[in-house]
Amino acid sequence: MADAPPVLRARPLSPHILQWRWHITMATSILHRVTGVGLYVGLLILAGWALALASGPDIYATYAGLLGSLVGRIILFGVTVCLFFHIANGLRHLVWDFGKGLAPHTANITAWIALAFAGVAAVGVWVLAAVMGAL
Amino acid sequence: MSEFRAAQFRTALGRARGLGSAKHGVGHFIGQRVSAVALLFLTLWGVAAALSVAAGGYDGARTWLASPVNAALLGLLILAGLYHAQLGMRTIIEDYIERPITKAALLILNAFVGWGVAALALVSILKVTFGAGS
Repeated sequence: MADAPPVLRARPLSPHILQWRWHITMATSILHRVTGVGLYVGLLILAGWALALASGPDIYATYAGLLGSLVGRIILFGVTVCLFFHIANGLRHLVWDFGKGLAPHTANITAWIALAFAGVAAVGVWVLAAVMGAL
Repeated sequence: MSEFRAAQFRTALGRARGLGSAKHGVGHFIGQRVSAVALLFLTLWGVAAALSVAAGGYDGARTWLASPVNAALLGLLILAGLYHAQLGMRTIIEDYIERPITKAALLILNAFVGWGVAALALVSILKVTFGAGS
């Protein structure tokens, strides 16, 4: 029996990603990576802020001016959205690590909650910033 | 072909040792999650801090960072963030970059960015914190 030739059969392949209908849990999965990269950039901006603060008032004014420009604000708002999505979706991952919340129906609902939370929290923080005179 | 020849001279155990678990893969998994829990609190503190610091200008920011608590928490936020980001970016590079030389170069760059930015940020924070008292 030991020298029976191995039988090679065409085994089923998983369909290419383009064959799948997009669904919400797919979107939140890849968005977790995308927002993670966004937060990497946000971290560099934060570290740059500390460096500018240590480099004197002129450099700090220039740096604060860049952050306060239209492009700067758009980037910072994007980082805020990334942060709140990554927090909400990260909590989903931590719950999944305990084996909970993996049923499709539950996962779909929490995916929508994470997306909604990201939008609401980011807008809320920026409204708060405007009210506090931080903009 | 070199892989084939190497395979012939290696025992099954040797191959398993070379290709199998390095016994510390779980460290990445745990480190990612522990830093995630820390960052949950640190980033929310960071957002609140940003709101209070943004309006104060240069002098306000220096005064804010002169507080040891603020300096320590900002340092922890940046360190835990870089650690978490480096682990995540490592996974992304390993997933999407196939060519070994490109992959190695990007992984080294990822480590350099992480350690380099950590050093710059920490020295900057300490400079402001210790400079403020004098």
